[in-house]
Amino acid sequence: MVKKDKSTAVSEEILLEMYKRIYATRRFELTCVDLYRQGFIRGYFHPYLGEEAIAAGACTAIEADDYIISTHRGHGHCVSKGADLKLMIAEIMGKSTGLCKGRGGSMHISCKEDNNLGANGIVGGGIPIGTGAGMGIKIRGTAQVVVNFFSDGASNNGVFAESINLASIYRLPVIFMLENNHYAVGTKVEYSAGDCHLAGRGPAYGVPGICVDGNDAVAVYEATREAAERARAGKGATLIEANTYRHGGHHVNDPGLYMDQELLKEWKARDPMILLKDKIENTAALEEIEQSIDSELEEAVAFAKNSPEPDVEEFLQSVINA
Amino acid sequence: MSEIMYREALNRALAEEMRRDPLVFIMGEGIAEFGGTYKVTDGLWKEFGLERVIDTPIAEASFTGMAVGAALVGARPVIEHLFVDFTLLAMDQIVNQAAKYNFMSGGQGTVPMVMRTQGGAGNGLAAQHSQSLEAFFYHIPGLKVIMPSSPYDACGLLKTAIRDDDPVVFIEHKLLYMTTGEVPDEEYTLPIGKADVKKEGKDVTLVTYSYMTLKCLEAAEALEKEGISVEVVDLRTLTPFDRETVLASARKTGRVIVVHEACKRGGIGGDIASMIMEEAYDDLDGPVMRIAGKNTSIPYNLNIEKVCVPSAEEIIEGVLTMV
Repeated sequence: MVKKDKSTAVSEEILLEMYKRIYATRRFELTCVDLYRQGFIRGYFHPYLGEEAIAAGACTAIEADDYIISTHRGHGHCVSKGADLKLMIAEIMGKSTGLCKGRGGSMHISCKEDNNLGANGIVGGGIPIGTGAGMGIKIRGTAQVVVNFFSDGASNNGVFAESINLASIYRLPVIFMLENNHYAVGTKVEYSAGDCHLAGRGPAYGVPGICVDGNDAVAVYEATREAAERARAGKGATLIEANTYRHGGHHVNDPGLYMDQELLKEWKARDPMILLKDKIENTAALEEIEQSIDSELEEAVAFAKNSPEPDVEEFLQSVINA
Repeated sequence: MSEIMYREALNRALAEEMRRDPLVFIMGEGIAEFGGTYKVTDGLWKEFGLERVIDTPIAEASFTGMAVGAALVGARPVIEHLFVDFTLLAMDQIVNQAAKYNFMSGGQGTVPMVMRTQGGAGNGLAAQHSQSLEAFFYHIPGLKVIMPSSPYDACGLLKTAIRDDDPVVFIEHKLLYMTTGEVPDEEYTLPIGKADVKKEGKDVTLVTYSYMTLKCLEAAEALEKEGISVEVVDLRTLTPFDRETVLASARKTGRVIVVHEACKRGGIGGDIASMIMEEAYDDLDGPVMRIAGKNTSIPYNLNIEKVCVPSAEEIIEGVLTMV
């Protein structure tokens, strides 16, 4: 198990690309929190606040035609994979113009065009599916890879063990991206995991496991690039444990009072957005990104608010004789 | 026409579809060189190689989920669960993932996978290897459920299932594998969602499927000698359900019995009986009856196992109470 924490030179173009993704995710999630408090979003959603660098770094490291699959905390991956923010907000608001026509919502948001196989409401539910996407790639004979995002919570589920073993024996082009944010709702990873070095679960099945700082977008980017190269070279899967911390509770209505406040302060002092911003000298470019995202979001919210709800009669007709 | 075994008919369907479409591949425990526990996949690895005839470790939940993922990116997986009893290990991937993906994504992603398995009692394999669990899958929107009773139906329906863009649960029966029947030599397919009247009659309708179709035909033959004309409707597909054929038969005879091996309680017979009574009440001479498996786990001893599921005698008795 190799600990990677050194930063090599990555071009400013790449840094700006990642910053765009992180900033967009951050603003997107905060916008969703506002919309929720104002009653425009119903149900729950699970903000990716504080974890943005993992999706941003990973998605920047892969090609547009590579696949991802994610978790119930799936907005960040969806944004970073390039989804149209208008269609995302419309979906989260349940409108018929949403990515999934208002059928899926926050926990099942997906975008076929972006090769984003989607968020998943079952913890660990996406892990076998992402693994299977790797098998599908092999059958089709292309050089694509899959980034299979899941959580520390999911890594204790049976399907994780099965899937990483399957990826190992079949040498599948799957990058197992374990987002260790140290909590499964309110249960600490120190409680749930017999051995907290989760990256060590890879070698147990013949898959290299590495640990990275999940708040360092560059570190995530480099680790993902290396894993993708391995995969495309036919060398199979990699397990990347990316360490991070939620900036809030489990979902938008959970104040997270059980979280260690000292630890939270420490992690917030290493805000992934600021860590990356500090690496970028081109302040004009940064400003441009921020302004562009801010106005895109404003338009997206207006679009979603003005979009129609799904037609109830139409829906009933489609299911009444099913 | 040739007379072949049910398991050979399935083997043929798999081979034909794998020749036709290089994206079709099969996965399951012991299906490659071992040829499968019931020999359905026998020899396929020789023609298609181990890249398309793939043995799996004992990881039901995840190889089922893998089929969902492979299907979503454009391959066409046909997976095998040795026993329907083991599909329970994969229920999240079948029910929460495969069945719902297309719906939840607003139609963005079809899941063209086939999950083959087999069930049923009669071999002394006891409680965990002898169940009939189709009611679980029948109940879930988004799944198609097929249960063929003959080599002809098995071959034609498996081919169509593989070409279908939705997830299909294809349940065979362990006592059917060695039964024989005629199949055309030329390639053919059969439509999903169409029942088949295996025997025409005018006095009583038996609505049935899978192995019980054979028991119903046995009973019908015996009853014919008593001057009672029984119509046997083999559903073939449980869902989408062929209301037209079933209701037409119900209206014709006015007397219906649903026969299935699965436990009576919560078996699909209740749903079918209700539906017929709701829609054809005025044409019925009496309530729709059910002859089904006893509400028990299947025991090991062969004699007590036998009485757990309907026999030809029980079906004959049932028909006699109606005429």
